[in-house]
Amino acid sequence: MSVPAETVLPAGQSLGFRLRRRLLYLVQHHWRGLVLVIPFGWLLIFFLAPFFIVLKISVAEAIIASPPFTPMIDWVSDGIMHVRIVIDNYAYLWEDDLYVNTYLNSIKISTISTILCLLLGYPIAYAIVRSSHTTKHILLMLIILPFWTSFLLRVYAWMGILADQGLINDFIRWLGYEPIRLLYTQTAVYIGIVYTYVPFMILPLYANMEKLDWELLEAAADLGARPMTTFFTITLPMTLPGIIAGSLLVFIPATGEYVIPDLLGGGNVLMIGRVLYNEFNANVDWPVASAVAIALLLVLVLPMMLYQHIQGKQVEGK
Amino acid sequence: MSQPVNYNDRPWLDPEAEPFIKVQSVSKHFGDFTAVDSVDLEIYKGELFSLLGGSGCGKTTLLRMLAGFETPSSGSIVIDGVNMNNVPPYERPVNMMFQSYALFPHMTVENNVAYGLKRDGVARSEIDRRVADMLSMVELTQFAKRKPHQLSGGQRQRVALARALVKQPKVLLLDEPLGALDKRLRDQTQYELMNIQERLGVTFVVVTHDQEEAMTLSTRIAVMDAGRFMQIGTPTEIYEFPNSRLVAEFIGNANMFEGRVTENGPDHVAIEGKNPKCDFYIDHGMSIAEGTKVWIALRPEKIRISKEKPANGGINSVRGMVHDIGYLGGTSTYRVQVGDGHLVEITSTNQSRPKDVNPPIDWDEEVFLHWEPSSSVVLTK
Repeated sequence: MSVPAETVLPAGQSLGFRLRRRLLYLVQHHWRGLVLVIPFGWLLIFFLAPFFIVLKISVAEAIIASPPFTPMIDWVSDGIMHVRIVIDNYAYLWEDDLYVNTYLNSIKISTISTILCLLLGYPIAYAIVRSSHTTKHILLMLIILPFWTSFLLRVYAWMGILADQGLINDFIRWLGYEPIRLLYTQTAVYIGIVYTYVPFMILPLYANMEKLDWELLEAAADLGARPMTTFFTITLPMTLPGIIAGSLLVFIPATGEYVIPDLLGGGNVLMIGRVLYNEFNANVDWPVASAVAIALLLVLVLPMMLYQHIQGKQVEGK
Repeated sequence: MSQPVNYNDRPWLDPEAEPFIKVQSVSKHFGDFTAVDSVDLEIYKGELFSLLGGSGCGKTTLLRMLAGFETPSSGSIVIDGVNMNNVPPYERPVNMMFQSYALFPHMTVENNVAYGLKRDGVARSEIDRRVADMLSMVELTQFAKRKPHQLSGGQRQRVALARALVKQPKVLLLDEPLGALDKRLRDQTQYELMNIQERLGVTFVVVTHDQEEAMTLSTRIAVMDAGRFMQIGTPTEIYEFPNSRLVAEFIGNANMFEGRVTENGPDHVAIEGKNPKCDFYIDHGMSIAEGTKVWIALRPEKIRISKEKPANGGINSVRGMVHDIGYLGGTSTYRVQVGDGHLVEITSTNQSRPKDVNPPIDWDEEVFLHWEPSSSVVLTK
């Protein structure tokens, strides 16, 4: 099977032949490694390259030109290279209360939304796992079904429901009470985010609970644990990986969410996605917008690293 | 029979003993399926009682009803004088050792064993002491800090046992306790279980499909089939005096002969065999009407095989041809063809030496089988 790396070739063999020989060797001996070319290539082209472009823009200065930022490298003359790195944009983010507050507000909203999704999703996932085989498939289908409609359409539908003249307020008026303001409030944003992201909580939790050995719960009961104690000492620790996976799947996109706070929160709820949009389009300040994006990435990378760490421990545990 | 009976070992014979567990006409239905069909059972304190049967016979369902994981569809279960029907599992004085062991994977061995004591609010120092005692009893002290996945099958089994025993339950339920162990470990663990049971005096109820396991472990066995008890008795009673063909065939091997009663004497019955055509004479006390169609069960080790014709004139004896010989070291199993193609199994201990004068029995040789009048059992169902 093996072709030695340096085969002694008879003299006069063409370079093309040797190249083909070399390639064959690579494929035969490193095909496992070659398989990885696809995912790594994907990450390189669609994640790492754009990341460095954005990083590069974030350390430039805004100018009125096209593109609207200064180049990083200037060739002055006679082979003298002028590299310009401006960290002012980051300092600006830190100094301006608007950005800090927006970050904090984004994190607050996504944290509370994640907790709400967990409180709502956990019992739903539990009920799905515990239901009979046929019901289980119907329920899972119902969880996935909303994805078949455009996300934007669903958010617009919520505008109709939450508006001053919307469904909820019509009902409140019909009951004879004063209508309440829902649309363009923080509450509306929470409703929108929880509604949109709760499936991302339910599905990993479901996948995790599906593997749970229910005999462990019987064993706990047998040893004298009441249902509540069983839940906190067995079920909860056993489903922790599902809780973490679901929470990250909700927390990360919710932090950078733009459409929901814009449509349901109006101008009243500031989230980082909206600030980013404004910097790019209204202010045409690409460097600051890029700095905002990079800072957001850092905020999100931390929980992701935490997840990686816990997953690593899980694998080690098995 | 004139000697006084020692009831300590056999409390079920004592007319004054009060059963510890009373199962009273308990049934369990799952939809249309009847898992347990109106069974009655009395288990006494300190017994090691086995529920024996094939898969789907209802033994596990019955055990789960004792543990409280299933509620009887009808009937009642009384443990130590308390009706358990409305008592949830976490309030029952029983503990269970699961077939899968159901050890908590996220807890150390120590915490697994301590789990039950913590739920009872036992003081920390008391928990530590009892867990340490229990772990030393099952010889797992040095594994206290390990997680279950770092243990071997046998070690996990002992953790499960320690966890179930540490609360000093009145009854310990064991679901196929040795099922997941290999043969050698099984034999060893079997005797360990018996020692522990004897030492602690806890009542054990064991579910098993392995008749050998049931025979060695138990004080009494209940043989189950299709949700009902076929027979309840000591291992000896069940082996020597099975009450039906099913029990005779389930417990150990048995040769079955069909026949008809020809004579019903005061201390014996004579039966004419159908295939092979031979006369059976049975001398232990029974009375069956003449002409009744019966089955005769004969254990392989109770038949003698020889090349000479026995002297008793053809009664309890049959001629045949050796069909197969299985040499098992300590014993040999012969399969002898008698009558019209009927194969009879005979087990005999190997006492011959290589230098014996008499050549051993060989394939396709003509042999004579015979047995004592007390060896066979007559079954009517």
